[in-house]
Amino acid sequence: MSVARRSLVIGVSLAALAVAPAIALAAGEPFYVTLLTRIMIFAIAALSLDLILGYGGLVSFGHAAYLGIGAYAVGILAFHGITSGPLQFAVAILASAAAAAMIGAVSLRTSGVYFIMITLAFAQMLYFLAESLNIYGGDDGLNITQPSNFGRLVDLGDPATLYYVVLAVLLVLLLLTRQLINSRFGLLVQGVKSNERRMAALGFPTFRYKLAAFILSGTICGLAGALFANLTLFCSPAIMHWTRSGEIMMMVILGGMGSLFGPVLGAALYLLLETLLSGATEHWQAILGPILVLVVLFSRSGFFGMLTGERTARGRADG
Amino acid sequence: MGAAMTAVLEQLLNGAQFGVMLFLMAAGLTLIFGIMNLINLAHGSLYMAGAYVAAATFAASGSFLLALLAALAAAVALGAAIEIVVFRTLYDREHLDQVLATFGLILFFNELVRMIWGATALYMQVPAFLAGHVELLSGSPYPTYRLAVIGAGLAVALLLHLLIARTRIGMLIRAGASNRAMVDALGVNVTLLYTLVFALGAALAAFAGAMAGPIFTVESGMGESVLILAFVVIVIGGIGSLRGAFVAALLVGIVDAMGRAFLRPLLASFMSHATADNAGPALASMLIYILMAAILLIRPQGLFPPRGR
Repeated sequence: MSVARRSLVIGVSLAALAVAPAIALAAGEPFYVTLLTRIMIFAIAALSLDLILGYGGLVSFGHAAYLGIGAYAVGILAFHGITSGPLQFAVAILASAAAAAMIGAVSLRTSGVYFIMITLAFAQMLYFLAESLNIYGGDDGLNITQPSNFGRLVDLGDPATLYYVVLAVLLVLLLLTRQLINSRFGLLVQGVKSNERRMAALGFPTFRYKLAAFILSGTICGLAGALFANLTLFCSPAIMHWTRSGEIMMMVILGGMGSLFGPVLGAALYLLLETLLSGATEHWQAILGPILVLVVLFSRSGFFGMLTGERTARGRADG
Repeated sequence: MGAAMTAVLEQLLNGAQFGVMLFLMAAGLTLIFGIMNLINLAHGSLYMAGAYVAAATFAASGSFLLALLAALAAAVALGAAIEIVVFRTLYDREHLDQVLATFGLILFFNELVRMIWGATALYMQVPAFLAGHVELLSGSPYPTYRLAVIGAGLAVALLLHLLIARTRIGMLIRAGASNRAMVDALGVNVTLLYTLVFALGAALAAFAGAMAGPIFTVESGMGESVLILAFVVIVIGGIGSLRGAFVAALLVGIVDAMGRAFLRPLLASFMSHATADNAGPALASMLIYILMAAILLIRPQGLFPPRGR
């Protein structure tokens, strides 16, 4: 029954996403197309974090860094007149993978609260790096004059096209990550989460598995960043502000950690809540903050778990 | 050569001044983590609260001492209140839950100070009795206030050391850090002990915030950059170790100040000025994180790893 409910929730959500732009444009509200694109981009980022947080137990508090690297890859190349989409996205993916490899290699040597603080510190380092790069606008950020060029067929400058490209990327990633977590690699990573010492005793090189998962996660988040740069046509250090890392983590928890689709719902919930509250009052964060505290204290399995009646990783963790 | 010496001395003092403030933050964080096993992002909010209350009280009364006392009192009350309302439910939770709940608290407190004091930054004057400069070496004035901050920070560090090492409450704190269950079983009121430790951490953070008022601008969100640096400090020092926090705080403060002052001229001595102008500040802003990574590669548990854990 639970499987059926799960398919129903996912199916309805995706069907709604597929037809949403047509409805929004027919209603003369193009704003919603942009909002939904934004939601899906953050859904990709949250999905990438869920991969290591929900399945690997790695609390990375610096995921905004990869979002920033992806966005700056597009921005910096565009600044130097290189607008080729495939090239920009390749650089974004490689750069975020390289950064994740370096950050992971250092921070995965530790665990627990050290890991949280170190990932946060490295993200902060990249934030200050972006702030000090005066050629690329420093603190003020960098305007991107034209979106990534994918030829005449795919014009990312068109909001509806960008929307469907992002939706397609999200769908592909959802399918791939589902395959991945059920693969040998995915099961090993989950094994490391539940008992690393035992996995090591069985002879598995646990560090390598964790690092591979960490790099994959950072890379997917970097891809989200490249898409984000195309949505906003702007990149600034604010993309990798530490609160952004907190927001991405919050999306995972809101939706339901360790469920892959949960973070998609979480991203939607968080950004819709933010849009609604910020429309209602200037002091919306004074309302959002306590809501988040209450969610953390009292909700055990997130929104997705609530809808499907399943317990997600967090719900299970404390029985 | 004399000028170079003075410049180095000046940056050493700037670094020490930033270092002692980082220590005050890191000490509270590391105590709270060591004893309650709690990671508290909202510690930066207590620093901010200290700065705001001090700035407002000083502007209203003109008395710096009163401003300090008001900041401490407010932070202790606030710290005890959030400990009782929020943190008691969080002690037994995973670190992830603690991070997220305290993240929510930060959003709330940042907005709260905007609601109370407005969105524009406050500026706090240097108190009259600490205004002016002291001649360090011949002909190089250094602000008296900054020297006073270093002195006050070192004095608090010493008092804290005495409190933890020599008093009964300090003994309970150390006992709580090494074996909570045992302290509880021996009939110590652990709940009260936790609230006390939390209030102590809050007071240290507020003291740092109040002293930071005349040096930095007092604005919403001011606590976070200090908080993240304090994390770097306790990671370098070894989580739970006060001695480690002290050494690491001074190290981070001094390396940061030196990097910002001398990295660009150093680079310019062997590369083009334009490149140095770009690379210098970029490298300087990354320096302490590179230091952290280097130390962790050699000692993953920090310089003074906690024993018996």
